[in-house]
Amino acid sequence: MTAWSSGPFRRRALLLVAAAALVLGMSVLDGCAKDSRPDDASGPGGDRRTTITIGTFGVFGYKQAGLYEEYERLHPGITIKESVIERNDAYYPQLLTHLAAGSGLADIQAMEVGNVHELATARADLFEDLSRAKGVHRGDWLAWKWAQATTRDGRTIGLGTDIGPIAVCYRKDLFRRAGLPADREAVGRLWAGDWQRYIDTGKAYKRRAPAGTVFTDSAAGIYNASVHGYAERYYDRAGRPVHATSPAVRASWDLAMQAVRAGLTARLKQFEKPWDQAYANGRFATVACPPWMLGYIKEKAGPAGRDKWDVAAAPRPANWGGSFIGVPRAARHRAAAVELAVWLTAPAQQARLFERQASIPSTPAAYALPQVRDARNPYFGSAPTGAIFTAATRGIPTLVFGPREQQIGLAFTDVGIPQVEQQGKSPRAGWRAAQKEIENAVDE
Amino acid sequence: MTAATTTAVEGTPAAPGDRRRDRDRPDRWRSRLHRWDLRYSPYAFVAPFFLFFAAFGLFPLLYTGWASLHRVELTSPDRMEWAGLHNYVRLLDNDFFWNALRNTATIGVLSTVPQLLMALGLAHLLHYRLRAATFWRVALLTPYATSVAAATLVFVLLYGRDYGMVNWALDAAGIGPVDWQNGTWSSRLAVSSIVIWRWTGYNALIYLAAMQAVPDELYESAALDGASRARQFVHITVPALRPTILFTVVVSTIGATQLFGEPLLFGGAGGQKGGASHQFQTLGLYLYEQGWFNYHLGRASAVAWAMFLLLLLIAAVNLLVVRRLGKDR
Repeated sequence: MTAWSSGPFRRRALLLVAAAALVLGMSVLDGCAKDSRPDDASGPGGDRRTTITIGTFGVFGYKQAGLYEEYERLHPGITIKESVIERNDAYYPQLLTHLAAGSGLADIQAMEVGNVHELATARADLFEDLSRAKGVHRGDWLAWKWAQATTRDGRTIGLGTDIGPIAVCYRKDLFRRAGLPADREAVGRLWAGDWQRYIDTGKAYKRRAPAGTVFTDSAAGIYNASVHGYAERYYDRAGRPVHATSPAVRASWDLAMQAVRAGLTARLKQFEKPWDQAYANGRFATVACPPWMLGYIKEKAGPAGRDKWDVAAAPRPANWGGSFIGVPRAARHRAAAVELAVWLTAPAQQARLFERQASIPSTPAAYALPQVRDARNPYFGSAPTGAIFTAATRGIPTLVFGPREQQIGLAFTDVGIPQVEQQGKSPRAGWRAAQKEIENAVDE
Repeated sequence: MTAATTTAVEGTPAAPGDRRRDRDRPDRWRSRLHRWDLRYSPYAFVAPFFLFFAAFGLFPLLYTGWASLHRVELTSPDRMEWAGLHNYVRLLDNDFFWNALRNTATIGVLSTVPQLLMALGLAHLLHYRLRAATFWRVALLTPYATSVAAATLVFVLLYGRDYGMVNWALDAAGIGPVDWQNGTWSSRLAVSSIVIWRWTGYNALIYLAAMQAVPDELYESAALDGASRARQFVHITVPALRPTILFTVVVSTIGATQLFGEPLLFGGAGGQKGGASHQFQTLGLYLYEQGWFNYHLGRASAVAWAMFLLLLLIAAVNLLVVRRLGKDR
């Protein structure tokens, strides 16, 4: 290696490289420095502006519904900045590390329903107690929604945004061709009260199924829809794990296995490409759908599915999904952030979000507002989605949550059930695999 | 930083003030400076890399090792509880870990061997006088320049069970459709094929460069002796390429041990599990699942260190092989 001493030209070039590396290094440090400077810099005119940051995953729709704009108008001097990470499985680990480090946090952080219990158990001390915030009336929220983000000693770390009451989306054209009723009231009556009747309807569908179609997308979808209707699923009220014995898991697993055995499913995995393609190709006739799935179906099934899809009531009330927003203690503008969080989750704003985003409010007061009460979805045959989904919220139990909800759920939906449904293993082998998966996942 | 000081020092000998004060010293000063320049500047030039390496390579490595000796959960990474070798011990009787290790080895062999063989063949072909040689060479490198995510997503579509093009072709050929993702071997083959597609051209170009360094006289005299092209390849090209082949084997082995992006994206939603039966879960995916989905950072760190030790082992074996080859020669 003599290149560096072989003449002034070479040396200058190398020096340039070294200098470039230095500049790069310094700009990285500079970037860090900027990050830690407070946001509210006094402008040239001396007016102080407060920038409230919000960290979310997926599409919350606040910006799209114009809520930030309106809040900024109502509160001169406040600017709202949203940063979005598309998937919660990337968002949540980052939130956890930021919480532990006490830096890098937004003033308001979103939390998914599967994580909020864990945060309320392990990290409640790092969040503001919103139950005492000005303008918060716990009675505004559904009791079970409020409970999910509340610690044992009554501190509430997040205010509920939307919820996910389950209905069943179905293809009325396929139902008609299979000799089943196509009217949404009549379809709801086919299986009212019991998911077992949904399976029986599937068997009836299969007898006269239009060529190339099956009754539903996946066994895991049925499992989810059923299991989320029980109060105790993976943990009992004392906090003990009951994933091997709870009636909720047993019954839901059994339904999924029945669907596999009878060949009612398209053997798909939800939220994967083939699932999307199956929508476009009209491969299955029903899918258990929370309100947030309607937009997804519309997008994937496209114009060809217009007026073919409809929405009927689910056999039993259940909740699947939904979120919260909270304010970390380490937030830069705590007071302003709390005020904004309270405003964003108030019934009037939740109703506006429903209009834009079809996400069902977690505050029943919003159900009576015309935006929700009279809402119809033109893509789904003008189904009265507002009325259907708000009716579906009635009777949703207060779910008992434990620390490793998500991991346990995945062991059933991503391991146990697909092993039987897609890999042809016996239900007994699938069950054992799921239990083994859970042991490995929860063991610290 | 150090680089900047050297430039400053380099500028000083020209300063006329010193020269007037003492007639002897400037020369000595100059020569000393020159010596220092020769001796220390190289370190200054390589320093930025090592500084960055220390911050983003060495420190995380050591910290991971430290974390692997603790019970740490992602839910509260600031609370670490000493666990000694617990994390390592439980890896030893963990079926999921051994499954991941086996898969990594299997997919590694399935992807590396055909990849390097094909690369060698392609390099041999490109070594001929060809029309539009540059075009072929650039074309070979395009898969390497494609992002893993983009490439894998396309492969996922190709390998789709219901609407994939591969199954459509198989069907047209009269062979039944294959459930690529759910089959044990079919999924491993599919993942391997993505790796092969991405890296064959890269290795081919490395071989080609090495081939061009082989003196033409060897081929000419071999041709005079009546050796066919194939014999020339076996008896001249391959032996001459031995060090290069070894290099690519080492690099590909390291890459195979760390295989992550391809199986993750091939798995779709919940790809960290590597299929419903973990049939294509590699060590990298298992680490990711343990740390970022099950939140066991301590155990994930232990997996990371196990991978690191595995690589050291491979490096040692490689060293032995090189020594052996050296003796043969």
